[in-house]
Amino acid sequence: MAFGKNIGLKGMQYHGGGPMLVWLFHRVSGLGMIIFVSLHVLASFFTYVVVTGSDFVVKINDIYESWPFQLFIYFCVMFHALNGLRIILMDLWPQFLKYQREAISLEWGIFLPAYGFIVYFTLQKVL
Amino acid sequence: MRVRTVPQRGLTLEYMMWLFTRLSGLALIGVALFGIGMAFFYGARNQIDMITAFRWMFFPNHYHIEAAADTILDFDKWTTDLWQIMQLLVLFFGVTHGINGLRVVGEDYIGGPLKRLFWRGFIFLAWIFVLIVAVYVAIKA
Repeated sequence: MAFGKNIGLKGMQYHGGGPMLVWLFHRVSGLGMIIFVSLHVLASFFTYVVVTGSDFVVKINDIYESWPFQLFIYFCVMFHALNGLRIILMDLWPQFLKYQREAISLEWGIFLPAYGFIVYFTLQKVL
Repeated sequence: MRVRTVPQRGLTLEYMMWLFTRLSGLALIGVALFGIGMAFFYGARNQIDMITAFRWMFFPNHYHIEAAADTILDFDKWTTDLWQIMQLLVLFFGVTHGINGLRVVGEDYIGGPLKRLFWRGFIFLAWIFVLIVAVYVAIKA
């Protein structure tokens, strides 16, 4: 925190390591899900309620049904859920906060195989 | 990044939303686990595919699994009141959790009481708008 100063991109020089990385990913994945859900709800609204099969809706659907976007959303949901679970556990039992880095390692150990599984099946379907 | 004021103690909005974020996060994980469990249970005999089960886990609306309609024999099980309630739970917890997260991220960058007031007003309107539209779509679809 820069005590009221706008530090801009200089914040990237803060070497927070693993805990900073998951903090950053938690924000990015949360914002990613907000964008996705907003697009999805609006597209559904225009599809089922306002007009059926308009060009606008088809274009939005094409964006989030493309496989790179699907992989991004799977990353967002799975990472946000796992990291959120870690945060909740740490908040409920703060005496384990001294093992925060181990918990983050464990989290990656669960996340990477699970996400790799999803990537494998998604790519198998599209490529 | 902007500095934040020292929070007052007691039952403030900040504390309530902090607690709500944790509880709704747990609730969302619970609903998702229940959803994927029931998707495997319902779809076991017809060899439900992974993508369909995951789409059901994310949001238990039967439009989500329409693409797999030829492998799902009895759609009645997937369209009960239980799943309608699950959808509304996911929407309420998910939208509120997400919009509050957006507020927290925004307030890290928006300083000044007036700017914060406008940001909170915008967040409140966005919350009401998304919630109404999403519930309308989920019930109508």
